[in-house]
Amino acid sequence: MGLLDASISRHNVLVTSVDNVLNWARLSSLWPMGFGLACCAIEMMATNASNYDLERFGIFPRSSPRQSDLMIVAGTVTMKMAERVVKLYEQMPEPRYVLSMGSCSNCGGPYWEHGYHVLKGVDRIIPVDVYVPGCPPRPESLIGGLMKVQELIRMEQIGISRADALKKLAEKSVDPGMVIRRERKVAGA
Amino acid sequence: MEEGAVYSQHVAQSADAWAIIHEKFGDAISAFDPNETMPFFEVLDLSQWQKIALFMRDHPKLKFNYMACLSGVDYPAEEKVGIVCNLESLGVLNHRIAVKLKCARTGGSIPSVACVWHTANWHEREAYDMYGMTFTGHPDMRRILCPDDWEGFPLLKDYKVQESYHGVKVPY
Repeated sequence: MGLLDASISRHNVLVTSVDNVLNWARLSSLWPMGFGLACCAIEMMATNASNYDLERFGIFPRSSPRQSDLMIVAGTVTMKMAERVVKLYEQMPEPRYVLSMGSCSNCGGPYWEHGYHVLKGVDRIIPVDVYVPGCPPRPESLIGGLMKVQELIRMEQIGISRADALKKLAEKSVDPGMVIRRERKVAGA
Repeated sequence: MEEGAVYSQHVAQSADAWAIIHEKFGDAISAFDPNETMPFFEVLDLSQWQKIALFMRDHPKLKFNYMACLSGVDYPAEEKVGIVCNLESLGVLNHRIAVKLKCARTGGSIPSVACVWHTANWHEREAYDMYGMTFTGHPDMRRILCPDDWEGFPLLKDYKVQESYHGVKVPY
């Protein structure tokens, strides 16, 4: 439901709600912070590069947390790095979103038991909006996660909290298995 | 070294190098171990280690100009921790040998050779970080990988990870 789906009158006048305009503006220029922690960062860079071309979604990495809307935690967060991640998160202006990319930042990944130095999930230190599973996730998965962030932004309204927006998003969730089966059927596979 | 033993060429070169060091330092070093993968000897008198290292680096027939690696080892049965230094004469005599050193498991120390091979500087810090032995005479004896206020030494066999670090739970 993009903004431009609303009908435009003859004099190029578009009537819509403030929420719609704000959400459209935010989700169409989602600037992540350009920082990576491990191998997931390589996949994130590949997603930014020409083959997957994140810029078509208006997603463009910024070099400063102060210009960023989104933090993609791409990689293993060590206990030593954890404090720096919190500091960077706190430097981002609101509204800010966090996408946890890959098993390591979701839950510690392969280091969950013997990795004494690894933070077992970045959600222990900062609130995470979207988790992308994988080790590392393919660019398609990351794009899926980013589109989930965009959907979350669509759920926002003036006066409702992030928690409410997340709840609304969860209520609207679609079983991806069903979609995959349907698409396969259409493709004749 | 056993008389008359037949070694492969590279072990024989290492044996010759050991013989030169043994001639100078005698009982300060152990017998030669002709391990096919990496021939080695142990330094028994730790106080001689810096002198031995300098001798190995500068003697015209030794010229161990390159420290390839310095690793830490835990020997819980002997109540000791130690290091293994892999030394090579890179581009000069092309021989190599490993040197082992052991010290007490708690509060032990080994003389630093960071002034002999600069490579040893960070490697000794890493060995300290993971096993807890200190290196006397090291220019900058701090942890290198773990945070400065980390508790315990992670690669000891009986290491138990701390419950929390700066208020964040550490175990899964």
